Amino acid sequence: MMKIINMVVNGKPAELAVEEGESLTDTLRNRLGLTSVKKGCEVGECGACTVLIDGVAKNSCIYLSVWADGHSILTVEGLRTEDCELHPIQKAFVEEAAIQCGFCTPGLVLTGVELVNSGKKFNREELREQISGHLCRCTGYENILNALERVVGKNS
Amino acid sequence: MYDIIHTFKASSVNDVLELLSSNSDAMLVAGGTDVMIRMRERKLRQASLISLLDIPDLKTISLREDGAIVIGAGACFTEISENTIVLEKIPMLAHACRQVGSPQIRNIATIGGNICNGAVSADSVPSLYALDAELELWGKDGSRLVPIRKFHTGPGQTVLQKDRELLTAIIIPLSSYAHHGGCYIKFGQRNAMEISTLGCAVNVSLTGDKKHIEKAAIAFGVAAPVPMRCAKVESLLIGAEINEEMFFTVRENILEGLKPRDSWRASLELRRQLIREMSVRALKQAIINAGGSLQ
Repeated sequence: MMKIINMVVNGKPAELAVEEGESLTDTLRNRLGLTSVKKGCEVGECGACTVLIDGVAKNSCIYLSVWADGHSILTVEGLRTEDCELHPIQKAFVEEAAIQCGFCTPGLVLTGVELVNSGKKFNREELREQISGHLCRCTGYENILNALERVVGKNS
Repeated sequence: MYDIIHTFKASSVNDVLELLSSNSDAMLVAGGTDVMIRMRERKLRQASLISLLDIPDLKTISLREDGAIVIGAGACFTEISENTIVLEKIPMLAHACRQVGSPQIRNIATIGGNICNGAVSADSVPSLYALDAELELWGKDGSRLVPIRKFHTGPGQTVLQKDRELLTAIIIPLSSYAHHGGCYIKFGQRNAMEISTLGCAVNVSLTGDKKHIEKAAIAFGVAAPVPMRCAKVESLLIGAEINEEMFFTVRENILEGLKPRDSWRASLELRRQLIREMSVRALKQAIINAGGSLQ
């Protein structure tokens, strides 16, 4: 059965009808065209579908869209500022070449944004733990950690 | 698309009980990190789900007047592992909660779901066994308290009446953590996103001179079909002097009452060795955390 839900997606209110069995990944990709949200393992292991729900990183593949009713969702599309500047995390990913195929990047960027928003600083070991819910099959973890260290590292 | 017929969103405990009574085949879902996987694997079909995500009352963590720590069943692992009461009074549980899945999983998966799902590998459960936690279950006629040690009856099986009851809180009495030291060790092939091969939690109190064990609780996950306490070793440890002989006794007797299995994840031989080794390591660390020394 379809249900009407109201979310705030990337800062804008969105009212839409979704199937009760629909994952938030599918709603964001297919109904709202937000294809930065990737479909990977679809069982909450790879982190490619990570979005921020009320500012907290969650796997959208195992989160029903009906649960998002009344909540606020952020995807990478919502990071762009009015003057088209990249987020500091995105800039650091570019500077450190922390991108190979790019499939894990949107999820990792959003985890990075969550870390920035926490106001905390992290050492490399802590950062490893923080990104442990993201699989990069190009195995480019060192550059990803370098990028995160630039913005939220203890010495940044 | 998940094979779901109906979804309901409960806003209070009473709401949950109402929804359960009018939808007898409905299933409760909190973070969904177990339920949704079962649905994806088609082990669960044509489901009706009652979501517990939007019940703020289930998320609170508080210190009761009698010193008991009350953890709402809907608190997620990130909330528990960062909570100041938990970090200060029962750091073992904070550490155990940080071993679950990944940050994204811990941001939504709840301690109540971990307990009620009944998996023997549940990371938070051995510590709760070692802390003699009590579970508050609510039904139409009120609440009942069940010691967690009596909650699990088999793999995935619990005493919770799923069609009419809800786990609302986990209660850890003052006597379980005051002047105690604890340690939880998880063994897995990798650190993150790993189902525990074996988990061992130890909670000890020492005598005034810190040279003897006053009382010790040792609990295992994945060492039997349900989480288990090691009654025999616990009784041997009462009043025991902390020395190498004591650790030898633990190593020699710890397997009594446990039933480790042989599986693709780990052989029986490895599991037995892990049980012996982890019990001693966790006990040593717990003694240090309780203010004792190993000489």
